[in-house]
Amino acid sequence: MADLLAALGINAFALYAQLTVGLVNGSFYAMLSLGLAVIFGLLNIINFTHGAQYMMGAFGAFFLLQYAGLSYWWALILSPLAVGASGIVVERLMLKHLYKLDHLYGLLLTFGLALIIEGLLRNEFGSSGQPYRIPAELTGPLDLGFMVLPFYRGWVLVVSLIVCLGTWYIIERTKLGAYLRAATENPTLVQAFGINVPRMITLTYGFGVALAGFAGVLAAPIYQVAPQMGANLIIVVFAVVVIGGMGSIMGSILTGFGLGIVEGLTKYFYPEASNTVIFVIMALVLLVKPAGLFGRTT
Amino acid sequence: MKFTRTLTLAATAALALGANAANAQYSDGTIKIGVLTDMSSLYTDLSGAGSVLAARLAVEDFGAAAKNMKVEIINADHQNKADVGSAVARQWYDVDKVDVIVDTPNSGVALAVNNVTKEKNKVFLVSGAAASDLTGPQCSPNTVHWTYDTWALANGTGTAIVKTGGDSWFFLTADYAFGHALERDTEAVVAKNGGKTLGKVRHPLNNADFSSFLLQAQASKAKIIGLANAGGDTTNTIKQAAEFGIVRGGQSLAGLLVFLTDVHGLGLQTAQGLIMTEAWYWDQNDNNRAFAKRFSTANRGIHPTMVHAGVYSAVTHYLKALEATKNDTDGAKVVAQMKATPTDDNLFGKGTIRQDGRKIHDMYLFEVKKPSESKAPWDYYKQRAVIPAAQAFRPLGEGNCPLVKG
Repeated sequence: MADLLAALGINAFALYAQLTVGLVNGSFYAMLSLGLAVIFGLLNIINFTHGAQYMMGAFGAFFLLQYAGLSYWWALILSPLAVGASGIVVERLMLKHLYKLDHLYGLLLTFGLALIIEGLLRNEFGSSGQPYRIPAELTGPLDLGFMVLPFYRGWVLVVSLIVCLGTWYIIERTKLGAYLRAATENPTLVQAFGINVPRMITLTYGFGVALAGFAGVLAAPIYQVAPQMGANLIIVVFAVVVIGGMGSIMGSILTGFGLGIVEGLTKYFYPEASNTVIFVIMALVLLVKPAGLFGRTT
Repeated sequence: MKFTRTLTLAATAALALGANAANAQYSDGTIKIGVLTDMSSLYTDLSGAGSVLAARLAVEDFGAAAKNMKVEIINADHQNKADVGSAVARQWYDVDKVDVIVDTPNSGVALAVNNVTKEKNKVFLVSGAAASDLTGPQCSPNTVHWTYDTWALANGTGTAIVKTGGDSWFFLTADYAFGHALERDTEAVVAKNGGKTLGKVRHPLNNADFSSFLLQAQASKAKIIGLANAGGDTTNTIKQAAEFGIVRGGQSLAGLLVFLTDVHGLGLQTAQGLIMTEAWYWDQNDNNRAFAKRFSTANRGIHPTMVHAGVYSAVTHYLKALEATKNDTDGAKVVAQMKATPTDDNLFGKGTIRQDGRKIHDMYLFEVKKPSESKAPWDYYKQRAVIPAAQAFRPLGEGNCPLVKG
């Protein structure tokens, strides 16, 4: 393999390194698109607040450290819980009125919320971002042979894989997941079996949002904790969801990681196109498979 | 009906947030200053609302009201999009009777507004944008480039670094007008001083993850990684370079354009030792400190950057020119008047404006302090050298500006 690449004038080690960092970026795409897929699957809401909620997770970690002196490890638990709780409030107060309406209403509401949250934080903290340091336990280099990966990036990759596969397992392989899927198909019937569907929906939204918050905490030490960090990411994540197929759990995970890799390779071979490549793929996929790679046409 | 109400409320609030551009009012007979800047993205802290504030302070200090000059300041967010920027500029000039546009970080937007301003014969005072093309091939009789430019940055930082042994470079460049100009100007300085450029990579504006690019920079084995980007892009690059152990591995970072607010966002622990060229720093003298105190109290504690100071200085000189000509309708004439009079204000001291629209003053080479050297919040820089006005900017004859005749 390495010989073949060398013959093409490509440094194999450099290529592997790009694949690896692409995979790390893909883990953020996967975690975020997974949350979107879960929410869309059950609530029929296109959650445009997702990027803001990811950003809230990062800010949560920053606040906990700055004002309560609580470390990264606490933030990893507390911040997603807080973001999830805020999501539950939003669902109870606003979103629940929109389920029977056109998707567009949910989209408008969540988009508006995102603008408000980002605007408020920008007013308070500006755009340069807040510093958040990598926890001491996770610093240091990780020698992979072909590259030296910062230990923290390896950690992000492993944790996000666990979270993604865990979520997939719960939804596709457990009884709780079966209820969820059933409620997606026919909420009235599931309710007739004595299951509290509205509560399940609320908790699902809370979970999806908490997932975004969790990704935000993971991102805090890598990127500047800034109000616009989610807005920049969310557009790409939506493209990922569209490519994977709206509402498909495994589809969004695989597409997330896959597109992270594609983007990484583009950054190596033709960096100028790295912020458009995903949208080109999206257009192509929509032409060939309008429901997305893993979506079902109904 | 409750949900419709909630929805309407949320949507209205969202609209209100996105509608910065609609602050304008119809007016005539007043001097109308339009601050066109980044109000929502990566350059907000270094310009943004602070630039509007700086313009307001300049008008106050000039005593416009006492001199019977009615001055109004409006602002808009160009969203870092050249089309949005030039649309706002047209609307301002045609409908809202704006006489002068100031600031405008993002060279892509500034070059577009530069053209619109010339076409409409108004005035454009650039503080935030960097591309030296504004006084080069794109120079205009209606534009003054005030604070700094890519040539001055390259000349200050580039020369200092090559002379201390950093003779092989790899560029990490923001892929638009500004990045290209900064890369081009720095490459020329490196070559002139006997260094060489080993490679470059261009990243999209407002990029989040720089690991791919940093790996390429690392693989180039260049001694210096030149960051031809700005704002949030620079802070994210520096932060991630630390994560990837770039400096530990023996390479150095050259932040070609780093602002005070970037250093604040990074924290001294990460930013220490960075060398940069700037036109102005708040802790240089009593005048600057007094300005910084007024400014930061009105700006959530954020201290002024050189861009803010440049807006203040430019607006001051503009008002002086109007006081002399008593006429704001012919933009080129106002700018000619500005060029004919030497500049003198609280923040930039004495200076001149050249034929090509370049404002001339000293530049400074600063180094970011170690955390142990910083005695107060925002105490970030120590001065390494003064670059005298005569050497700080591109020689008049080398810019290919059509206004400069043989």
